[in-house]
Amino acid sequence: MGKPTLAVWKFTSCDGCQLTLLDCEDELLAIADAVQIKHFPEATRKDLPGPFDVSLVEGSISTPAEAERIKRIREETGTLVAIGACATSGGIQALRNFADLDEFQRIIYPHPEFLHSLEQVAPIAAHVDVDYELRGCPIDKRQLLGLLSALLKGRRPDLPKGAVCNECKQRGVNCLLVEGKEPCLGPITQAGCGAICPSYNRGCYGCFGPSDSAQPEALIPVLSRLGLADPDIVRMLRTYNAAAPKLAAAGDRLEGAHDDA
Amino acid sequence: MTHKGASDRLVAVDELARVEGEGALRLRVVDGEVAEAELNIYEPPRYFEAFLVGRKYTEPPDITARICGICPVAYQMSSCQAIEDACGVQVPETIWALRRLLYCGEWIESHALHIYLLHAPDFLGLPDAIELAKTNRELVETGLALKKVGNDIMEILGGRAIHPVNVRLGGFYRLPTPEELEHLKSMLRPALDQALKTVEWTSTLDFPDYDCGHELLAMSHPDTYPIERGHLITASREEFPASAWNDFIESVQVPHSTALQAFLRGRRYLSGPLARYSLNYANLSPLARQAARAAGLGERCVNPFQSIIVRAIEVVYAIDEAMRILEEYEPPRRPAVDVPPRAGEGHGVTEAPRGILYHRYKLDENGLIQQAQIVSPTAQNQPAIEADLKTLAADWLDLEDGELTAEAERAIRNYDPCISCSAHFLTVERG
Repeated sequence: MGKPTLAVWKFTSCDGCQLTLLDCEDELLAIADAVQIKHFPEATRKDLPGPFDVSLVEGSISTPAEAERIKRIREETGTLVAIGACATSGGIQALRNFADLDEFQRIIYPHPEFLHSLEQVAPIAAHVDVDYELRGCPIDKRQLLGLLSALLKGRRPDLPKGAVCNECKQRGVNCLLVEGKEPCLGPITQAGCGAICPSYNRGCYGCFGPSDSAQPEALIPVLSRLGLADPDIVRMLRTYNAAAPKLAAAGDRLEGAHDDA
Repeated sequence: MTHKGASDRLVAVDELARVEGEGALRLRVVDGEVAEAELNIYEPPRYFEAFLVGRKYTEPPDITARICGICPVAYQMSSCQAIEDACGVQVPETIWALRRLLYCGEWIESHALHIYLLHAPDFLGLPDAIELAKTNRELVETGLALKKVGNDIMEILGGRAIHPVNVRLGGFYRLPTPEELEHLKSMLRPALDQALKTVEWTSTLDFPDYDCGHELLAMSHPDTYPIERGHLITASREEFPASAWNDFIESVQVPHSTALQAFLRGRRYLSGPLARYSLNYANLSPLARQAARAAGLGERCVNPFQSIIVRAIEVVYAIDEAMRILEEYEPPRRPAVDVPPRAGEGHGVTEAPRGILYHRYKLDENGLIQQAQIVSPTAQNQPAIEADLKTLAADWLDLEDGELTAEAERAIRNYDPCISCSAHFLTVERG
């Protein structure tokens, strides 16, 4: 039996999540020994046809061409893994879902008529079935390595559940919210980064997106008590995972309450 | 993909490999002459300058980092500088030293990535560094070790290597501990040796003879090699501060790739390692200059193929400079100075690994962003890349399509283009 085959694909994104694979400096050559890389344009000119045992897919779907391309990749892929905030929730560029696309185009381009953008920026799972998701902006290197080694061994990857709060407790980082120091999205944000921001005296800004049990409504009054005005809270919810349904809904309600008032 | 007519030949590569982001190239040969040479950028637009409007002035360092996973520190540094300028805040030298240290980490990481994983295979006729490792594993391991040292700096100072979290307006969220800095010193010493070997090795590669002849634009600082601070200078001895950017640099949307390509008073120009080196050689550290001399490089280098040596010299410099900063380190009194908002406009310019990155923000009195402008290195270099393609391709017309496209791809990779960066305002449909 040949080596398992791997493909890495890019959609609308910054390249950072696939760079995470190249950032596995100590493991990269071992990975390259263990799999056959069929498609990974950032790393190789080699471009072999499918099928692919595993596809890592970075980026969101934001153009009609991308919506077509992801379908072809799905058809040729065994296990499709969406990597990063763009692929799992739409990413920062999904901020345009909350605005007028025509106006956005006019702000930047002298000739907006040349552009081909879908009305809505969407995660991969909005267009095709996704087998696993790695969260984060960017993804976490250890999680990527864990996922790849699990898939190579034919077992289910063990992906973190719960919120960043758990990771703060594991690391012994004092709670920024309890101490009233910094607004923090840790209670509603998916674990996986290792609580980097709180360990740097900074509130979590939610780049791993909402956790399964996230209740943004319960956190909003806590943020208000720390002195954040409603528009500040809306901006805090709408960043790298702005279009994640739980965050989008909470932001919309808060904004709606304002409009009514 | 090729279409051959009697006198019309079209050669195209739909997806460029070993570049950051999604680009394509297209050469049209008519009657034995290269009629068109295009670097098409089909990355979908992401509208950063549009959604920054209405955001708070504290947000661009984190938000604009997401334009590019390869050079997020550049975006953080140019945006901090521009917003601090708008708010009239001076950041103490002790904080600038830490910013420069962080930026050295990005230079080391990005350059090592390009030298070993993206560029070197071109000189050896290989598809990638993985193939290279099959015959010379030690060489690739050296490159990966160097790359990792750059990432170590960013992880310690920034919290993580991609989209660091520790940068804020006025400074940092937390200062590094003495133990962390000691750890960095211990990593940097052996890396310096690896960097010097990298210069030596890159200088043994075969280089086509080619003087690109472009205007050069780089930053310059009286005391140091330009990274995070300075004004702008050209090879024609023009000088201007970041605040005069829009008086000198014009962004034009061209129909073939709808790119907002940058021109310096009507001239195409080159920014990045070759321009920095050629305009700032005297400010390299003695060790970096010595490495350059040993590699047989003069004080000026404008052969894009040799940019691999210049990047290696800049890695030596960045490691040397990081060690100097660590030796002279004095902790800032506070991790960050306050940056209260005020109405105004500010400019920031820094040297990303692959060239100049300009940011401009206009704020209202509450610190909400009214206007944002970002000019990426690749938007600036795109006209120069296309000019090179056109000139060089004239010598390749006898080649078969496969060889010709390989050469053309190589000419593009000389510039380490970061297409993800440019894509927030460049676009064209694949086709």
